[in-house]
Amino acid sequence: MKEIKNDKLIIEKNLCKGCGICVAFCPKNVLEIKDKKVSIRDLDSCIQCGLCELRCPDYAIYLGGK
Amino acid sequence: MADNNVVLMQGNEACVEGALIAGMKFYAGYPITPSTEIAEISASKLPKIGGKFIQMEDEIASISAVIGASLAGNKAMTATSGPGFSLKQEGIGYAIIAEVPCVIVNVQRGGPSTGLPTSPAQGDIMQARWGTHGEHSIIALCPSTVKEVLDVTIRAFNLSEKYRTPVIILMDEVVGHMREKVELPNPSKIEIYNRKKPTSSPDDYMPYKVKDGDIVPEMPSIGEGYRYHVTGLVHDEYGFPTNDSSIAEKLITRLVEKIESNLDDIVEYEEYRLADADEAIIAYGSTARSAKSAINLLREKGRKIGLFRPITIWPSPKQQIEILAKKVKRISVIEMNLGQYYLEIDRIAGKYTNVTKYGSVNGELISPDEIISFIEED
Amino acid sequence: MVSKLIDKYYRTDRLPHIWCTGCGNGIVLRSIVKAIDNLGLNKDDICVVSGIGCSSRASGYLDFNTVHTTHGRALAFATGIKFSNPNLHVIVITGDGDCAAIGGNHLIHAARRNIDITTVVFNNNIYGMTGGQYSPATPTGDKGTTAPYGNIDYNFDLCELAKAAGATYVSRSTIYAANMIIKQVEEGIKNKGFSFIETLTICPTYYGRKNSKGNAVDMVTHLKDSAVNISAYEKLSEEEKANRIPIGELYKRNRPEYTEKYESMMKLF
Repeated sequence: MKEIKNDKLIIEKNLCKGCGICVAFCPKNVLEIKDKKVSIRDLDSCIQCGLCELRCPDYAIYLGGK
Repeated sequence: MADNNVVLMQGNEACVEGALIAGMKFYAGYPITPSTEIAEISASKLPKIGGKFIQMEDEIASISAVIGASLAGNKAMTATSGPGFSLKQEGIGYAIIAEVPCVIVNVQRGGPSTGLPTSPAQGDIMQARWGTHGEHSIIALCPSTVKEVLDVTIRAFNLSEKYRTPVIILMDEVVGHMREKVELPNPSKIEIYNRKKPTSSPDDYMPYKVKDGDIVPEMPSIGEGYRYHVTGLVHDEYGFPTNDSSIAEKLITRLVEKIESNLDDIVEYEEYRLADADEAIIAYGSTARSAKSAINLLREKGRKIGLFRPITIWPSPKQQIEILAKKVKRISVIEMNLGQYYLEIDRIAGKYTNVTKYGSVNGELISPDEIISFIEED
Repeated sequence: MVSKLIDKYYRTDRLPHIWCTGCGNGIVLRSIVKAIDNLGLNKDDICVVSGIGCSSRASGYLDFNTVHTTHGRALAFATGIKFSNPNLHVIVITGDGDCAAIGGNHLIHAARRNIDITTVVFNNNIYGMTGGQYSPATPTGDKGTTAPYGNIDYNFDLCELAKAAGATYVSRSTIYAANMIIKQVEEGIKNKGFSFIETLTICPTYYGRKNSKGNAVDMVTHLKDSAVNISAYEKLSEEEKANRIPIGELYKRNRPEYTEKYESMMKLF
C-alpha cells in the first residue's frame, strides 16, 4: 500500500516499523511519523539524496525513478 | 595397481587409504594421540590427488570446516580421540539436522578426560550414540583388523553420502596403531556411492524435500546455482527456519527413520563359530580378536561357544541379536569399559537369555585368558 | 514492493525481517548487498556464512548460497567452504558475541591464516537474541542482564584484535556512515586475504534500554557524534580521544593468501 503514487520517493508502509531514523536524518525534513509509520510531509523538498533509503533498516522507503 | 597388492600397513594409515578410495578430497583435523597419523598421512597424500588438508585450531573448528567443505561438494573427513570427540558433538548434531555427509573417526583411548592417551579403550560407545544433544539417530562402525579399517572407512563414506548423515568410525588405539598385512583392493572394483544431485532446476528445487522413492533430499554443492539455505534450526522443506510443531515432528522423525528403518542396508556383523553354539560372546573392535582366540581354546575344551561381532555398532543389529538370544543360553558381552554396549545387548536379549558382562578400564587389551576364566567362572 | 536492490538480492518473501524496531542490522545488511551490487558479483559464486544471534539471521534473507551455522563457528565453516572452493566469494556475517566470545579462537586463527574471507561484524555491544546480556564488546561499566551492576570486564577492540592476529584489511564504520560500510565491504571483498569489517550498529531494545541510551534516533546520533575518521582521530589529544571512535580503513597490508599458497604447493605434484 503506498501513500502517494509518485515515483520520486516510495514508502512501503507494511515494512516500516516506525523507528524514525529516516525522519531524523533527512536533510530536507521531508518525512514524519504518523500512526507509527513513516509518511511524506513535504515531497517537493525531497532532493532524492537517498539517505533515507541508505539508513532504513526495514527497506520501507526508497527512491523511485530519477 | 596389481590386484594382489599386499602391504604391511598401520590401522590409521589404512583409514586414509580407504578414505582416498572412497573419494575423500578434504580433511580437517587437529593433532591428538592416538589418531594423529591419520592427519599426517592425509596431509601428505591429499595434495597429490587434488585434495586439501588443513590443520584447524581445535576439534570444533575441524568438524565445522569438514561440514563446510562437504556443503561445497567435497567428501570430507576428520579424525580424533576421546577429548576431541567430545568437542565435536555439537558439530555432529549440526551435520545430522542439516543432513551433511561427513566421516568422523574416533580412535578411542583410555578416558575419561586426558585418561590414558596411548592406551586402548572402548569407553566412547554411548557417546557415539548420544553424545550430541537432542533426539537423533547415528551410524557408527567399528573395525577390528587393519584391512577392515580400510573397508569400513569406504563404507562410512558410502553410507554418509547415501543417507546424508555423519558416520562415526570407532577404532581404538590398538586397531589404530598396529600393523597388519593388507591386500589393497583395486579401487576400480570398489562400489563408490555419491550424493544424489538435484534433478529439478534451481527454481523448483526444494532443498529438504524427499522425492518419492528416495531416502534423502537431493544435494547440490555451493556454487552450482541452487543458492539454498542451510541451517541448524528446525527447517521446512525450503530450508528455512520454522517453529511449526508438525514440521518439527516430521523433520526429526524423518531424520531418525532414514537410518532406523534401513537396518538391512546399514547393519553389518560377523558370526564366528556360532552355527552350533549354545552360548555366545558379543565383542567388537580389538576385543573381538581376543574373543576369537578364547573361543578356539574353549571349543577345544568342548564348550560350544561362538562370537557375534557387530561391525555396525549403531544402529545396533537388533534382529540378529534377538535371534541369537533365542538360540543360546548365555550371552557374554566383553568390552574395554564397564558395560556400555552391554546395556544395548541386555535391552534386546535380556528377555530371552542370560546376558552377562566382563569389562576392564585398565588401558590393557582384554586377553583371551581373562575371557576364558570369566566364561568358565559360571 | 521493494527497491530494485532489495528485490534483486533478498529472498523478499522472507521480509519483513525479525529484527526489532530501530535495530541497525538491516542497514548493515543492505550495505553489504549494495557493495556486492557495485562489484557486480555473480550471485551463484557468493556464499554467506553466519553464526548464531540476531546478526546471524541475516543469511536467511539473502538470495545467495547461505549457511546459518553454530554459535561462534561461522569462520570455521567458512574456512572449509573457501579452502575447498576458492572460486567462491565467502562472506561471514557475525555478531560481537558470536565472533569475539565463543568464536574468538576461530577469529584469530582465520585472521592468522589470512584466508580470503570477508568478515562483517554487526557490533551492537550486547547479546540481543538471548535478551540483553553483556558481550566482550560491551563497554566497561555498561549494564546487561548479566551485568546488573555494571560490566566489570574490559572490552575488546575488535579491530586491534583482528589486526594483531594477521588480518590484511581491517576497517570500522557505523550505521550512520552506511556509505562507508558499503565502500569497506567492497574493499574487503577485493582484498585477497582476511578482511575484518567492524560495523557499529545499535540495539535499542536491550543495550539501549538497559543503559538508558534513548531511542534508535538518539543511538544513531551518538554514533554520528562519537565516530571520527581515523586520519582526524590520530591528531586528537589523548583526552580528546577518550570517548571518540576512529572509523575508516584502519589497516591494510599485502601478505600471500592462504588458499593460493596451498594451491601453489599442490602444483609441486
